Amino acid sequence: MNEILKGKLVHLAAVDPEEVSKSFAAWNRDSEYKRLLDTEPPRLHSTKAVKDWMEKELEKYSDTMYWFTIRSAADNQLLGDINLDVVGWNSRDAFVGLGIGPRDFWGKGYGTEAMQLALQFAFTELNLHRVTLTVFEYNPRAIRSYEKAGFRLEGRLRGAILREGRRWDVLYMGVLREEWREHHDHPN
Amino acid sequence: MKDIFRGELVRLTVESPETIAKAQARWFRDSELLRLAESDPAYMWSEKNRKEWVEKQDGQDAKNFRFCIRTLSDDKLIGEVSIHPQWVDADAWVGIGLGERDYWGRGYGTDAMRLILQYGFVELNLHRISLGLHSYNERALKSYEKAGFKVEGVMRQDTFREGRRTDGIYMGILRDEWLTMQGETA
Amino acid sequence: MLNIQTQLFEGQDVRLGPIDHEAHPDIESKWTHDAEFMRLMERKPVRPLSPAQVKKEYESIEKRMDEERNLFYFTIRAREDDRLIGKALVQWIDWTNGNGWIQLGIGAAEDRRRGLGSQVMRLLLHFAFAETNLHRVTAMVPEYNEAAIHLLRKFGFTEEVRRREGADRDGRRWDTLTFGLLRSEWVERVKSQE
Repeated sequence: MNEILKGKLVHLAAVDPEEVSKSFAAWNRDSEYKRLLDTEPPRLHSTKAVKDWMEKELEKYSDTMYWFTIRSAADNQLLGDINLDVVGWNSRDAFVGLGIGPRDFWGKGYGTEAMQLALQFAFTELNLHRVTLTVFEYNPRAIRSYEKAGFRLEGRLRGAILREGRRWDVLYMGVLREEWREHHDHPN
Repeated sequence: MKDIFRGELVRLTVESPETIAKAQARWFRDSELLRLAESDPAYMWSEKNRKEWVEKQDGQDAKNFRFCIRTLSDDKLIGEVSIHPQWVDADAWVGIGLGERDYWGRGYGTDAMRLILQYGFVELNLHRISLGLHSYNERALKSYEKAGFKVEGVMRQDTFREGRRTDGIYMGILRDEWLTMQGETA
Repeated sequence: MLNIQTQLFEGQDVRLGPIDHEAHPDIESKWTHDAEFMRLMERKPVRPLSPAQVKKEYESIEKRMDEERNLFYFTIRAREDDRLIGKALVQWIDWTNGNGWIQLGIGAAEDRRRGLGSQVMRLLLHFAFAETNLHRVTAMVPEYNEAAIHLLRKFGFTEEVRRREGADRDGRRWDTLTFGLLRSEWVERVKSQE
């Protein structure tokens, strides 16, 4: 069996609100991080508010939500999080969302590898048919990273974001199990 | 698209907890039915208890798909059938019980089973469907074989009743097998 | 006379023990991050747990044992220092019909392949047949778990059911096997080993 939680650069690990809420609250103060992640105007939440929110999320969709923290393989440092949200089991589709907090780890392949691990999990552990994500037009680094991971552009919500005085598209990207299989060196 | 809840003798319906509870409380006073359907000691639960149980099931949407069976001829509620998916493996367990004795051995159960298989493969997109039955339930074994299930094994002596030990028969049908069957009868 | 001194929980190099809510969550949390172990141990998708989440699971296990009275959950300890090395359980006990399901796993890779699984199986079967008086014991394993299948066969289990393509993992389908051991068979084996 393949190792599905551990890559060369990152490992996927549990979400422990008590342990990680402080880091997430700190990253939330970086408006660039927030604006790459969310369409909503950022609120600066306290560590406690973040912890409470995380705990509530963990209670919710336990059968349909798989949420991991991303840790560096080298020294287990907390780098961010990734989650798979199964939309409908009969259609076997899930949304994936990824965020890397510390700027030192942007654009160095950590996010890409985390996404690759998540896709392997989606296709060989949850056995989904497809994975979807949304990404913003002004996030070319992420778009490139997702293309590298096998995602293809499926559609755009034109001008759905209004920021800094102009409109930006929200891109929908998706990858199918068969495509991933071909893309990936995977013994079937 | 055809009506996937309508068969040749029966249709699948969804009923209120009150209706189901009333029917179950009545059916469960038949110990033969209970012993054919269940492994737990036969017991006659109250209508109140059944209603609470049904309501609890309804709260687990994605895990349970429960239907009632009504005859097409006179809309009589004759039993229940349900399917319980294990999504990750695209496998599901089905359970069926006809509460009305008059409808045993006349093809009504088989018709309902055909409908639930269709639901499982066409609507839930399952890869396989499984079921278990008591070895002393010969009528069910014949019905399930007719519906396309194949015996996959026997759990030896898993039931102890009337001083005798009997086996649990396990059956399964794969998607390809079911599709082939559809092709043959089309 | 009943040999009450027969030890239910002591093996040669291992013993069965209770849950330690203080010390065990950290150790078990690590196991849940080991996908190789988890894919052998559990059929449901791998889900790494924090120690806090493990602690909650322990609490619900003890609650279930208390309330439903059809589960016996044991931790496996190393005899030398009592440290946690795995888990073993008899669950879904159907008292009327005398049937129960067993499961066991050694969490840390370095503790595996040392014959400890056999020692635990011996204790577990003795508990199931001689203390809870089951008529038969059942185990379900996916076809890819060769070590478990080997252990079960070694103890005289018979493959009873093969659910074709019942599991989907690591990019392909596998059969799911159900093994069973009857009390009479276990008694025979124990007698012949004495």
